[in-house]
Amino acid sequence: MKANVWYGKEQLRVEDVPDPRILNPRDAIIRITSTAICGSDLHIYGGYIPGMLAGDIIGHEFMGEVVEVGKGVQNLKVGDRVVNPFPIACGGCFFCQQNQFSLCENSNPNAWAAEKLWGHSPAGLFGYSHLLGGYAGGQAQYARIPFADVGPIKVPDSLTDEQVLFLSDVFPTGYMAAEQCNIQPGDTVAVWGCGPVGLFSIKSALLLGATRVVAIDRFPERLHKALEAGAEVLNYEQVDVLEVLKDMTGGRGPDACIDAVGLEGHSHGLFGVYDRVKQKLMLESDRPPSLRQALKACRNGGTVSIPAVYGGFLDKILFGSIVNRALTLKSGQTHVQRYLKPLLGLIEQGKIDPSFIITHTLPLSQAAEGYRMFRDKEDSCVKVVLKPWAEPPTLSGHDGQPGQPHLH
Amino acid sequence: MATAFQSGTPPGLGRSAGQHDPASSGTAPRPRPTHRHYARRRETPDLDTASLAQGLGWFSIAIGVAAVLAPRTLGSLAGVGQGSGSLMRSTGIRELANGVGILSQRNPAPWLWSRVVGDVVDLAVLATGLRPDNPGRGRAAFSFAAVAGVLALDALAASHLTKHAGHPLVSGVAAPTDLYFETSIATGKMPEECYRFWRNVANLPRFIDGVQSVQALDERRFHWVGKGSSDETPLEWDCEITEDRPGAALAWRTVNGAEVPNAGSVIFEPLPHGRGTIVRLSIHYSPVDGELTAALARLLRQDPQSQVHEDLRRFKQLLESGEIATTHGQSTGRRSFIGRAARRWRLTDSN
Repeated sequence: MKANVWYGKEQLRVEDVPDPRILNPRDAIIRITSTAICGSDLHIYGGYIPGMLAGDIIGHEFMGEVVEVGKGVQNLKVGDRVVNPFPIACGGCFFCQQNQFSLCENSNPNAWAAEKLWGHSPAGLFGYSHLLGGYAGGQAQYARIPFADVGPIKVPDSLTDEQVLFLSDVFPTGYMAAEQCNIQPGDTVAVWGCGPVGLFSIKSALLLGATRVVAIDRFPERLHKALEAGAEVLNYEQVDVLEVLKDMTGGRGPDACIDAVGLEGHSHGLFGVYDRVKQKLMLESDRPPSLRQALKACRNGGTVSIPAVYGGFLDKILFGSIVNRALTLKSGQTHVQRYLKPLLGLIEQGKIDPSFIITHTLPLSQAAEGYRMFRDKEDSCVKVVLKPWAEPPTLSGHDGQPGQPHLH
Repeated sequence: MATAFQSGTPPGLGRSAGQHDPASSGTAPRPRPTHRHYARRRETPDLDTASLAQGLGWFSIAIGVAAVLAPRTLGSLAGVGQGSGSLMRSTGIRELANGVGILSQRNPAPWLWSRVVGDVVDLAVLATGLRPDNPGRGRAAFSFAAVAGVLALDALAASHLTKHAGHPLVSGVAAPTDLYFETSIATGKMPEECYRFWRNVANLPRFIDGVQSVQALDERRFHWVGKGSSDETPLEWDCEITEDRPGAALAWRTVNGAEVPNAGSVIFEPLPHGRGTIVRLSIHYSPVDGELTAALARLLRQDPQSQVHEDLRRFKQLLESGEIATTHGQSTGRRSFIGRAARRWRLTDSN
């Protein structure tokens, strides 16, 4: 099969690899019909995620059709159309029993390594480093799904791939970020980052009853999408975010803040330079300007929810702000399995159409191009969907230009 | 339950109990196992490599201190000139690291190999001093010969120690030593279920690494067969259950004649409020001396503490999810040298 294989920083190659096969009784194999590039995949692309090995198949947002099931899988059959959650969960351990699927104790074959770095191991994830299991990812034509009787959810044919694909990660991730804010009627929620997770956080915060959502970014097209999603928007290159948030809330600050940026955050001035230098010197692993700002902006006793990916050591985090102002921090990899049914319900009822984030659709063969565009926000790129079975465009394609992506 | 199981050690297994051999029968302690129990003893090196290694370690430190404190003087003495100060200083740091490694680590072999590599580098540097236009040519030639001699000693000690290396935990330890490992894991399953799964010895090879089969000889005695690599016959041993408390604990020990005498216990401690069980496993090898280790190493590999914990992790996975999570045999792209090494060293489960 064809798969998107990581060979190092900014080195991706779509190439032929062996087809996956059933390794355990509860495995299934799916033929992938749609897959997407996640913002967190960009951290892998940029070489920021520890524990990657050359030859890893990446990608963790995918859906498709079941083509083979192990003898331990009773709830799926060949031909079922499913969306697959990015964490791998056994369903039987302490955490799975409490619906905390991304903390599954039994799905990371390299748990000892994660324990060395973080103290304890979370669940294995698809295509996200050997610290998190080293599982082959889903930017491929087929994928092996461990514990297939727990993860994948069947989706009705009445919905398109584009409408349900993001149940695999970014929609539940944005939703959980908002849910963790314990939103009360009248609340103001500020969201840093208007990429896919930020956009779903905005929509979810409004669905969960927030009165006002303020979105912060610097790219006009992303701010435009946030505006369409129902947020008020701030361009941090044009205004002093802390001042404006204070002003909007009578000096008190937003009731909850969501950091949907992550470890490659961009900032101006001295702190921006400081982070880049320290990251280059390997004195800090992550650049957290959005988190620093959120910790300052949040009102006393408020909640800072962090769906963004941070991997290791952060620097100059004003912890005194958390202690003295009684802030609550919420984070975690998304317990996607918990949200599949209710969120599929919202999509079926027409309360949300997740396809609004898609800006580009490319054949899998152009994955590397998709990553580059997404990272550089070229051509107003917000979300790239990859089609594993689409033919690469030829010279006779539209515009006569090879590799020219079409706007969705 | 289990005052007798305090601190996870079954009765009669503590070091203070005065019984060094856990395989000895309960009332009349057998004498310490002698070399006839250890087929490998005959291969014991006659060269006193331990002393040689120690000498080389101190030599490294002496050279290292000189090179760091007086790099120019040493460079001049060695015939490579005074202009090589920074080179000499980095050589000195390398020598200090080697020396500390050789003298402080239980298994000095890797550090001796590091010395071998360092010697070769030094010879290359000194060879540049043999140019006809070098005024210190004579001293360089002398240094070259001296380093070549030390290289021979390093290589001898390193290869000897590597060849006869036992387990890194016990090689180089002069006196007989107890090896004791204990670890625990929490599971949501109740103690009775954990006990039943463990007591059914046919399950043991599914989660205990390095074990091929366990067969019941009778109600209390079992025959174990280890996994042998291609050029070795597998280890086999018999063990008997010394304590059997249904739903609570199991203890066992090898019976007379086992090549690697050992004893172990597993305790199923209920978690409060019906949350499941803490499974506490302890394994005791005693007494062990440096030459027993070839056989022991086949059982324990490199890091027995982790290995025992991984056994428990697999036990938990089988109980809770019915299978052991794996990525071995999955699809991947081409692995580099590093990726293949990561698999070989078991840094990842993935191929």
